[in-house]
Amino acid sequence: MQWEVVIGLETHTQLQTQSKIFSGASTRFGAGPNTQACPVDLALPGVLPVLNRAAVEHAIRFGLSIGAKIAPVSIFARKNYFYPDLPKGYQISQYEIPVVLGGSLEILVGEEVKVIELTRAHLEEDAGKSVHEEGFIGPHGEASSGIDLNRAGTPLLEIVTEPVMRSAAEAVAYAKTLHSLVVWLGVCDGNMQEGSFRCDANVSVRPMGQKEFGTRCEIKNLNSFRFLEEAIQYEIRRQIELIEDGGTVVQETRLYDPDRGETRSMRSKEDANDYRYFPDPDLLPVVIDDAWIAAVRETMPALPAQLRQQWQSEFGLSLYDAQLLTQDRDTAKLFEALLAMVGKPLAKAAANLIAGEFASSLNRAGMSASASPLQAAQLAPLLQRVADGTISNKIAKDIFAIMWDEALSGNAMSTVDQIIEAKGLKQISDSGALETIIDSVLAANQKSVEEFRSGKEKAFNALVGQIMKASQGKANPGQVNELLRKKLS
Amino acid sequence: MSWHKTPITLLAKALEAKQVSSTELTQYFLDRIAAGKVFNAYLDVNPELSLAQAAHADALRAAGKAGKLTGIPIAHKDVFVTRGWKSTAASKMLENYQSPFDATVVANLGMPNEANSHGAGMVCLGKTNMDEFAMGSSNENSAYGPVLNPWNTDYVAGGSSGGSAAAVAAGLAPIATGTDTGGSIRQPAAFCGLTGIKPSYGRVSRYGMIAYASSLDQAGPMGKSAEDCALLLSAMSSHDPRDSTSLADSGEDYSRYLNQPWREGNSNSAKPLEGLRIGMPKEFFAEGLSAEVAQSVQAAAKLLEGLGAQIIEVSLPKTKLSIPVYYVLAPAEASSNLSRFDGVRYGYRANAYRDLNDMYKKSRTEGFGSEVKRRILIGTYVLSHGYYDAYYLQAQKIRRIIAADFQTAFQHCDVILGPVAPDVAWRLGDKSKDPLQMYLEDIYTLSANLAGLPAMSAPCGFNSKSLPIGMQLIGNYFSEGKLLQVAHQYQQASDWHLRQAGEVA
Repeated sequence: MQWEVVIGLETHTQLQTQSKIFSGASTRFGAGPNTQACPVDLALPGVLPVLNRAAVEHAIRFGLSIGAKIAPVSIFARKNYFYPDLPKGYQISQYEIPVVLGGSLEILVGEEVKVIELTRAHLEEDAGKSVHEEGFIGPHGEASSGIDLNRAGTPLLEIVTEPVMRSAAEAVAYAKTLHSLVVWLGVCDGNMQEGSFRCDANVSVRPMGQKEFGTRCEIKNLNSFRFLEEAIQYEIRRQIELIEDGGTVVQETRLYDPDRGETRSMRSKEDANDYRYFPDPDLLPVVIDDAWIAAVRETMPALPAQLRQQWQSEFGLSLYDAQLLTQDRDTAKLFEALLAMVGKPLAKAAANLIAGEFASSLNRAGMSASASPLQAAQLAPLLQRVADGTISNKIAKDIFAIMWDEALSGNAMSTVDQIIEAKGLKQISDSGALETIIDSVLAANQKSVEEFRSGKEKAFNALVGQIMKASQGKANPGQVNELLRKKLS
Repeated sequence: MSWHKTPITLLAKALEAKQVSSTELTQYFLDRIAAGKVFNAYLDVNPELSLAQAAHADALRAAGKAGKLTGIPIAHKDVFVTRGWKSTAASKMLENYQSPFDATVVANLGMPNEANSHGAGMVCLGKTNMDEFAMGSSNENSAYGPVLNPWNTDYVAGGSSGGSAAAVAAGLAPIATGTDTGGSIRQPAAFCGLTGIKPSYGRVSRYGMIAYASSLDQAGPMGKSAEDCALLLSAMSSHDPRDSTSLADSGEDYSRYLNQPWREGNSNSAKPLEGLRIGMPKEFFAEGLSAEVAQSVQAAAKLLEGLGAQIIEVSLPKTKLSIPVYYVLAPAEASSNLSRFDGVRYGYRANAYRDLNDMYKKSRTEGFGSEVKRRILIGTYVLSHGYYDAYYLQAQKIRRIIAADFQTAFQHCDVILGPVAPDVAWRLGDKSKDPLQMYLEDIYTLSANLAGLPAMSAPCGFNSKSLPIGMQLIGNYFSEGKLLQVAHQYQQASDWHLRQAGEVA
């Protein structure tokens, strides 16, 4: 039987704010246990939450970026359950009326563009962390676990899709696109190791053509794109095999074990808590008027999709290049800065440089664009020297490599012109000098000359190659072509 | 000098005139507290700390930096967290709990310092007994024993702010703070012959008030007169950025109308309340109200009429429903508010347990008293899947209707007058066995909390057993100043509030 896979994702993105969503404690990662938990985070008797405006603004920013409706009034509710790392015994979260409603995200799966509809995005607070290590002693001398409440109260935006993805690849493409968008917006730092961006995947299968959804399982807490893909793939296989063997899928929450590459049942629907949601009486409804939305819009950067479209049509960039240039804001900023220095006629060359040498150098170094040792001001002369004929593209690549290595090693950095000067890389455009080189190459390659004369066009290219080599890459390729044609005719 | 019979307005004058120092005054009350332990009004007293604050207050006065209230002693209900004194909410769950910070109310009234430059400079005498987590109407639900009524120690002091009421009535404090979720200031004030006011919801910060039912809780003063209460309320209330439900413009002088005629420009000093329309809800005088209380309140109405007010009948048709509505909503919020008492981070943890769930179960079973557990159970039930709509949502709808009924009534009158409670204080133990019977005692006070309206209690007589009777005044939103004005005018023409409980010690 043919099976159709149905996937919906819930993504917890940690919002980049100075302080927590309901308290003034810092959100910085990595501090000593419980050093960033104030009385509100500890849920001491008498404390009250106060909503952090910056968290709401991030939610608005995200909502606007996906064309969603920003709820004019949204409500915080209490989700009640007991857990040691949940200090109040309830989590403050938006339930019935979230701040962001609907919206959609365009993703690229292979060459195909697909639109992923979103259901909602709501604000909530994170819980703390249980530390299960030896050495924690309770008040009566009993062996205990430790609780670190630094993370308690960290603002989260939970972004929920409709069940519209049909493969693990689509789910990963969506997660990657969402990740780059929230980082682009400055809403989230995107650090997946630190848990700033984690996905829950709802997976079900149904016979191809069937309208009703199959029973779904939710795989919790996938904090890498690889785990997301592996977990979904495993879960799809598990469900199909289960059904084909005559079994039925049970609605449950599962955990992915990356070491064993499988998902395991965590709790069934029957064990699910009754969270007894009700509006939090300590917090007022969040009222967002048009003026606030407009003010937030003012602070938003141009969106990657807008830039892609603009650059493709204005500069004739390929979808691939445009995609690469907008993969993160630093790359896009570098392109824009470079463009401002070299001018629009060199846009394509600038794009090629960034998508080519620059991107692969970053890759090799395992760096993101934000950490790049080279800035636009250093790269611009490289494009200009190619444009004005001082150097060839080939030489430009060599110079880039020299500059990159210097910058990376922290040595005093030479400018493009200094390198050209010091290494004698100036393009040879003097026809007298070129003719001398050509003549000696022709003399040494009589066989190729004869082959060309007998009609083998390939031999011409071989000769050009030899000439370039003899000139150490400095010969002006256009001129070499021209002069060689003349000589051979 | 009988400082314990002196209203704080006069204590302020005595301090200003250097007739007495704050240290002397504080010692005077500490001595009375030590002698008056029989009432069980206080849960924690720390003479050293109190006297240090008094010395601070005296120094402020010597430096010319004293405000109106500087150096006047005050008792705080144990529901407010305090640095220095334990904060237990009268629960075993928080036995010995020490808060690292002061409640905003405590800070507003307390010593000024760098972090709290506007502190009024009052001296904390200690923390007063209460019903555990403010759940109760008799102060018999305290884990540390009931409070006895200073008018007759066989009787309850009322609740939940029973310790504050008894402390002031017995002269163990000149004035005290209380909180009122369903009548917890007004009813013990009435039972102990005091004046107390629950302001409009949002007037007084809830930060540092151990939460019972967040949408209903409101703090207020309990004192000897409307004038004293006005003075204290002005210092208690403030906009607090740490409380999202705190009103933006809370700081006002609630004393400003006290000595003014109701109608501006009325120069007839015999009829200062001319133009005032007082509504008496017929539902407040129906079956269930004791004849003696009814008589006293009617007599008060007559007196007010004599002062120029016009008495009219109004209707609050959903009065009876305020009991079920309150006993759905308050427990619902309480069940969630009290979840933090789980034995994990602070407070009581059971001695022996098998695993995490067992730890939760035993700690909460052993740490909470039976009324608290009852309300947690009710609250958990009404919020549960499948019952939420039928109970919680339905109660919220009726709550809105109750609030709307008040607005209808306020189209016809300026202030509502009625009894505080169906009867005077009852004998200790009389209603403890039947929680429902106890809940019915709240019938006249609950609706003001449900609507968020200001309401106050003022003494208006005694019954045949010489127990105090209180009348209740309910005003429209933010009309505290006008309510206190009516009560003050009444107190200018009566002496119920000046009567003192007999000395026991």
